Amino acid sequence: MSAPTMGAASRWASRGAVHGALLLATLYSVLPLIWLVTSATKSVADFSATSAFQFADFNLFTNLTELFAREGGVFWYWIRNSLLYAGLGAALGALICTACGYAIAKLDFPGRRLLFSVTLAGVLVPPTALALPLYLLASRLHLVNTFWAVFLPLLTNPFGVYLARTFADASVPDEVLAAARLDGAGEPRVFLTIALPMMLPGFITVLLFQYVAIWNNFFLPLVMLTDPELFPMTLGIYQWSTRALQFPDYNPLVITGSLLAVVPLITAFVVLQRQWRGGLSAGSVE
Amino acid sequence: MTTTVTSSQPAHPAPPARTQPPAPPARPARRRRSTGAGLAAPFAVLLLCTVLVPVGYAAWLSLFTDRLSGLGLGGYRQVFAGLATYATVLTDPAAHASAAHVAGYALIHIPVMFAVALLIALLLNSATVRLRQVWTLAVFLPYAVPGVIAGLIWAYLYSPGIGPLSATPPVDPLSDTGVLPSIVNMATWQWTGYNVIIFYTALQTVPREVLEAARADGAGPLRTALSIKVPMIRPTLFVALVFTTIGSLQLFTEPMVLRTFTSTVTSTWTPSLYIYEAAFISNDYGRAAAASILLAIASALLSALVMRLSARKSR
Repeated sequence: MSAPTMGAASRWASRGAVHGALLLATLYSVLPLIWLVTSATKSVADFSATSAFQFADFNLFTNLTELFAREGGVFWYWIRNSLLYAGLGAALGALICTACGYAIAKLDFPGRRLLFSVTLAGVLVPPTALALPLYLLASRLHLVNTFWAVFLPLLTNPFGVYLARTFADASVPDEVLAAARLDGAGEPRVFLTIALPMMLPGFITVLLFQYVAIWNNFFLPLVMLTDPELFPMTLGIYQWSTRALQFPDYNPLVITGSLLAVVPLITAFVVLQRQWRGGLSAGSVE
Repeated sequence: MTTTVTSSQPAHPAPPARTQPPAPPARPARRRRSTGAGLAAPFAVLLLCTVLVPVGYAAWLSLFTDRLSGLGLGGYRQVFAGLATYATVLTDPAAHASAAHVAGYALIHIPVMFAVALLIALLLNSATVRLRQVWTLAVFLPYAVPGVIAGLIWAYLYSPGIGPLSATPPVDPLSDTGVLPSIVNMATWQWTGYNVIIFYTALQTVPREVLEAARADGAGPLRTALSIKVPMIRPTLFVALVFTTIGSLQLFTEPMVLRTFTSTVTSTWTPSLYIYEAAFISNDYGRAAAASILLAIASALLSALVMRLSARKSR
């Protein structure tokens, strides 16, 4: 900034160029979402007749009513299922990951190294290559088209364990654990009352990112589920989108449903900004 | 598992403790070992049941193929085929085409996304920028959009009569030549912001003294960025490269969504679609299992390659 050759004028020009580039990136990121909002307010006729970013007659509430009424109100099930898969899955999954990451970082037990190497290998197994093997196994166990067929595999988050181990290494001092043990606290209590609170930013980061991963998942439910009442929102909306070409009145439902699937996550990321930013920076130190 | 280990504890060390002087370190250490295993056990069980066992089962199934038995009266039965299923996949022109599509996709998507994400991260990291939080949040938002929804939004934007993009670019985004760049755009839109955050976070850990020393030596902002900041976050870049490569190989959701909107995307357009088609349209589980195993092997080999590259570069 204080480079002697750089005059005030060129400094202003470069500052303008920098902000111009950021503005372009922002428009590219946000405009499709704005399109989603404007389109969710349009009727079937206006949807193809009006310009993409223009508001037409305000039809959002009609669309919402129609969305929740279609096919016996199946959209309610989809919301409930997404919340169950992602909410329960992320809470339980993050706890399991944090406990395991903490144990690998701070405790000694047989097979510790092996578990960590297998976990690292697990990070590299592509989920789509895993979906079919999971389907074959689930059909063997008669679990296909059940809640568990989607819920259990998504609990497994090897990358979360890796992150949690990093967090435990960085934020839980051995002296604190030793002091707690001297006070007679058992290991599970040391973890729950001392280590876990210290790892809280890490825990929230793992939780949030696992929530997103489960909420956004599509391939596994597509493979496992045939009963619409078990679908998460992503699969349900996809199924409706395949009908929209033949029946254009599904278009506003797909768009309005998509908006409802996006809003909670965006809200969560905006509200929990401080936590996940802090968590990511702590996680990237190593 | 946990309970059995801990409940057997008290009986074991008790008798000798009465006669001999107490050995305090032994007991807590043992206890720690078992609870360590206890805390790690739930994840270990999940990893076993949802990753290792399914992969093993698929590897086993990939050695079999369905044959019509006798005169076709007995229906299908499973026949041991050894590696023949793998040969079928490896010589299938549809599999070759799907691999070519993913290669073309990765060769455009990865350089474009890394260049853009790194540029934005460096700009955000430069001293002149105001409102950093707002910019980072804005570019990060597409990451929070489910892949299916992102696919649908762009598919509508590409659609003639609905989206503004069907007429504007030089090529029709849903045509034979346009569909690959269209899919690249969908993925780039979703993942650039995520990588911006990762790179930006890494850039903030570059020590201030190093940057001040560079400035004192007369290095301008561009020079500092290219010869100090980027090399210092190289490990982060390589980790991101591994994840992006694995992600690219899996490409499924975007083309699957586009299939409704254009017939250009075939049912075997990417390896993941190929697996899906083999399993659920052709009902050929052996072939689908073999293709899954091949995809996993390919992704392991590629990530090993990228890591080796990273180790050589940082030496």
